[in-house]
Amino acid sequence: MPSEPSMPSSLLSLEGATVRFGGRAVLDAVDLGVAEHEVVCVLGPSGSGKSTLLRAVAGLQPLDAGRVTLDGRDQSGVPAHRREVGLMFQDHQLFPQRDVAGNIAFGPRMRGASRTEQQARVEELLELVGLPGAARRSVAALSGGEQQRVALARALAPRPRLLMLDEPLGQLDRSLRERLVVELRELFGRLGTTVLAVTHDQGEAFALADRVVVMRDGRIAQSGTPLEVWQRPADAFVARFLGFDNVVEASVAGQVADTPWGKVPVPEGAPQGTRTVLVRPAGVRVLPADEGLRCTVTARTFRGTHVAVHLQPEDAPRLEAACALRAAPEVGAAVGVEFDAADVVVLGRSGVPE
Amino acid sequence: MSITKKVSVLAVGLGMVGTLAACGSSSDDGSGSGGSKTVTLVSHDSWAVSKDVIAAFEKNSGYKVKVLEDGDAGQAVNKAILTKDNPQGDVFFGVDNTLLSRALDNGLFQPYEAKGSDLVLPEYRADQDKHRVTPVDSGDICVNYDKAYFDQHGLTPPKSFDDLVKPEYKDLLVTENAGSSSPGLGFLLGTAAKYGDGGWEGYWKKLKANGVKVVDSWEQAYNEEFSGSAGGKKAKGDRPLVVSYASSPPVEVVYADPQPDTAPTGVADGTCFRQVEYAGLLSNAKNPEGGKALLDFLLSKPFQDDMPLNMFVYPVREGAQVPEVFSKFGPQAKDPQTLDPAKIADNRDQWVKSWTSLVLK
Amino acid sequence: MKQAVKQAVRPARTVRGSAARLGLMAVPVAFFAVFFAYPVAAIVARGLEVDGVWRLGRIGDVLAQSDVRHVLWFTTWQALASTALTLLVALPGAYVFARFDFPGKQVLRAVVTVPFVLPTVVVGTAFLALVGRGGLLDELWGLRLDTTVWAILLAHVFFNYAVVVRTVGGLWAQLDPRQEEAARMLGASRLRAWRQVTLPALAPAVAAAALMVFLFTFTSFGVVQILGGPTFSTLEVEIYRQTSQVFDLSTAAVLTLIQFAAVVAVLAVHAWTVRRRESALRLVDAATTARRPRGAGQWTLFAGVLGTVAVLLVLPLAVLVQRSLGASGFGYYRALTREDGGAFLVPPIEAIGNSLQYAVAATAIAVVIGALAATALTRRDAGRFVRGFDALLMLPLGVSAVTVGFGFLIALDEPPLDLRSSWILVPLAQALVGVPFVVRTMLPVLRAVDGRLREAAAVLGASPWRVWREVDLPMVRRALLVAAGFAFAVSLGEFGATVFIARPDHPTLPVAVARLLGRPGDMNYGQAMALSTILMLVCAVALVVLERLRTDRSGEF
Repeated sequence: MPSEPSMPSSLLSLEGATVRFGGRAVLDAVDLGVAEHEVVCVLGPSGSGKSTLLRAVAGLQPLDAGRVTLDGRDQSGVPAHRREVGLMFQDHQLFPQRDVAGNIAFGPRMRGASRTEQQARVEELLELVGLPGAARRSVAALSGGEQQRVALARALAPRPRLLMLDEPLGQLDRSLRERLVVELRELFGRLGTTVLAVTHDQGEAFALADRVVVMRDGRIAQSGTPLEVWQRPADAFVARFLGFDNVVEASVAGQVADTPWGKVPVPEGAPQGTRTVLVRPAGVRVLPADEGLRCTVTARTFRGTHVAVHLQPEDAPRLEAACALRAAPEVGAAVGVEFDAADVVVLGRSGVPE
Repeated sequence: MSITKKVSVLAVGLGMVGTLAACGSSSDDGSGSGGSKTVTLVSHDSWAVSKDVIAAFEKNSGYKVKVLEDGDAGQAVNKAILTKDNPQGDVFFGVDNTLLSRALDNGLFQPYEAKGSDLVLPEYRADQDKHRVTPVDSGDICVNYDKAYFDQHGLTPPKSFDDLVKPEYKDLLVTENAGSSSPGLGFLLGTAAKYGDGGWEGYWKKLKANGVKVVDSWEQAYNEEFSGSAGGKKAKGDRPLVVSYASSPPVEVVYADPQPDTAPTGVADGTCFRQVEYAGLLSNAKNPEGGKALLDFLLSKPFQDDMPLNMFVYPVREGAQVPEVFSKFGPQAKDPQTLDPAKIADNRDQWVKSWTSLVLK
Repeated sequence: MKQAVKQAVRPARTVRGSAARLGLMAVPVAFFAVFFAYPVAAIVARGLEVDGVWRLGRIGDVLAQSDVRHVLWFTTWQALASTALTLLVALPGAYVFARFDFPGKQVLRAVVTVPFVLPTVVVGTAFLALVGRGGLLDELWGLRLDTTVWAILLAHVFFNYAVVVRTVGGLWAQLDPRQEEAARMLGASRLRAWRQVTLPALAPAVAAAALMVFLFTFTSFGVVQILGGPTFSTLEVEIYRQTSQVFDLSTAAVLTLIQFAAVVAVLAVHAWTVRRRESALRLVDAATTARRPRGAGQWTLFAGVLGTVAVLLVLPLAVLVQRSLGASGFGYYRALTREDGGAFLVPPIEAIGNSLQYAVAATAIAVVIGALAATALTRRDAGRFVRGFDALLMLPLGVSAVTVGFGFLIALDEPPLDLRSSWILVPLAQALVGVPFVVRTMLPVLRAVDGRLREAAAVLGASPWRVWREVDLPMVRRALLVAAGFAFAVSLGEFGATVFIARPDHPTLPVAVARLLGRPGDMNYGQAMALSTILMLVCAVALVVLERLRTDRSGEF
């Protein structure tokens, strides 16, 4: 079985990491490596085991089988406070009875830094996260974005070997999230921090990560660069999780797939036989009503750069098409549909990318 | 988590308790009666002695006296019996004739005939063949009356047991539960002595019909219900007759501020039951020699002279001084009821049981 | 390979977890084993075991006696009646304290708690002065209750009013009023909204309070002894009589076992309701839910509760103060500083110092033991065994003080535990009663600390001990102070066990009061009242300070 190679250069590696809660495997023999300076983002729906993965690495959750190595050293039996990893919690978990400086200085203090070292580190980090002069503020008085920055500063303060982020931007509103994700990306690049983040938001994951790992039911469904994953989802689950709805079973022969939507052209060299086929909305071309597959427009959703048009064929699953703003048909209109091979992907069978 | 850290946390916790315990033992002067120079007296909480008198004994004998007061008289006896295999002291003082059999039957004491036993007035002597106990003091349990009440109502105070069941004294008497109170038990034994096995129950039926009130403790009867005592006056007590001690009137004088010329209360002379308190050398005493010296001291003239005003009891030694305030306000009963300790031993529990269902239920 | 890893990791973890838990539990368990279970078992064995044979037949014999059955019946029904009456009188009070904002609220909350920590001997005397002969009721209407069961019931209300106000009111103040408002928007009448929304949310707290009141009244001793006279007797009083007066140890042992069984049953139900109470409720900051009374109805309720508190709680205490001032000026107080050579080997005023010293030591013990127990009980992996321990800690509240006192006497008599003549015995006995209060005050707060906050600290490099110091301690510091204050007040007032083991030259305040009351004469009575007043003031001051420290979650007592 092909697995993530635990290369010597891996700062973190998990081998067969398994955690069971009451007989159910929340982490199921997970193999994963994170190289030095790499930013890896674990993407998955809630309950896929991604938070447990972080907790296992941090030493907060004992493994039922398998092992975690950091810098090549087995971490079993090493308690959380000796692992020297940073973890930024989903809802920050700032210490309410300490001020901003008290929170940031906590890690260095635990590691025995002197008072002046602590102070210098606090100032440095507040500068870094864009909150200069906030040292004496109470954490209760901070806005959500500011809390997030303080939590990040606190996690970075003891200079962890590995920084882990649990839904780092989960609670923030959309515009703030989009701004912060860019800042984080720049920051990690500048600091050369090794990062393992988990999120359920694909946009966040793609914007942040060098590499994306998609998890499903405690297992890794796909791993690759954001572009790879986006362009070639490993299976129907990953495709649907990424937001693609035009996924159907098909029988592929040559450069044609036989689907409920009729014949769909596929790229050259596509795998043959009974397969799952994904048609990206951009590959669904809307034509006048008398051409191609006949559909009725059931809904239109404005998406900023384009309009998502929901189409109901006569006796086949629904389709989503991406139309230019002006070309989008009215709800209720009858249209025809045709497919573009460049935006059709023939998916793997069993979560193994091919 | 390191085990050593955990252990150190525990050590802090334990250390705290340990330190406290250590403080305890260090501040504890000569723990227990282990040291042969300390003699320990176990008594009830009415024990009292003047400082100079006990100091003189300590100086003369070379023993340091440690006193453990252990609850009221009944409790103190019971506790002493419970701990007799490993007693808390060397001498026990405060078992009276109503409970004497319980102490003797349980082997609480070992024989010792104290110096001066020959000077004990004959009526107080007990256990003459084995000398396991030494009489120390006596007191009379008697009905006290509120002088003011009887003056105001132009009524003669009762004088005898028989008087108490007369209609003019209806609803005037308060007494104590014989099951829980020493004077209550004494009063019951007084009626048993007076009317005999066959008669006391009939007497109590009449007393009940005449409105006797029974409360649980002497404190309550005397300080709450009785109209003649200082406490009772405050509490607006409305019973002018109470079962108390012959020495209660002098106490009302001594502890009043300012002191009155006459006692506000008097004693119904014909209602008294004599109580004698004994001391003895505890079996398994760790310092028997010191205990013997202490028993000698309890019978000595200095102690017997000093005792009345401290514990409000009468001395048992011939020639011991009775203070003026006693003779003036609380003379000893002339002809008190008495009962043979053996008879008390045989009947006490049954009498109390019958009395309880007769009077309380 | 993977199998091998699994083998290596799993046992190590489990052993570590249990070791930590056992380590935390060891001290409280040892404390209760040595200073509670062992002495109580020893005195029961003394009663029922003869030459190594247990005479369990005695249980049947004793139960067959009609007067024992009468005692059992009276104990049960008076406890039920007292509980019902307390709820009836105190629930409006709980509402007023929870929902109304008025000046002097903190002080008043402290005042209603004073009776709970006063020794029974003082309360009995004070109460007698109210409902007894010459009491206020007598003077106004010629009404006397001192020979009726009403005196006992009212005194029980007096004692336990605070339990209901604090337990129920504490939760009530934190219930989100918007839930009731939502129900009213959906068409429910005010009463119906209360019945359908608030009452179900309060029910577990009401049940828990009712069970505590039942426990306290079922095991009532001092009140029944002083106010009940010879005719009314609870199990606890009967155990005392059988042990201390009749000296029938086997009957006492059987009664102890019966009471023990009953108390265990009550505590089991209590533990169950407490667990249910910790279920998810929508709680808000208590400060935001209270407002000034508005409208005739609310003002009437408010005035009614104030009136009840004034008559039932403040008046008996006021009578105490009034009687302590009887002598010219502060004559009785001045007399306290004199050595009278009678009741005491020392001036009575020294009892205050003794009491304070004992109470400080008892508080230290109770806080250490209670905090360790509470910490062990808070751990996420706390299992059934640990939760059972939670209920076990409450047992000393339900076991006769005379049993414990006599038990100490015969059990702790050999080295290294020959503590009979050591002063530490008194704080130890008092701490037994203080620990349940510490645990019950700290548990809700500790359980409310977000576990991930501890994890955040651990990941930042804090060892478990530092996690406790850096995360838990700052959050529970106030609760710890409140717990300590309660333990302090309770040990100040503890009488039952102390009176058996206190040394004569070191009487505590309650013991001194009892001894003064036991002697005739105006000065003694007045000094008893004066000492009681001082004790009451010390307790009141301690409680007012506690009110300032009180956190919303530390409201069980």
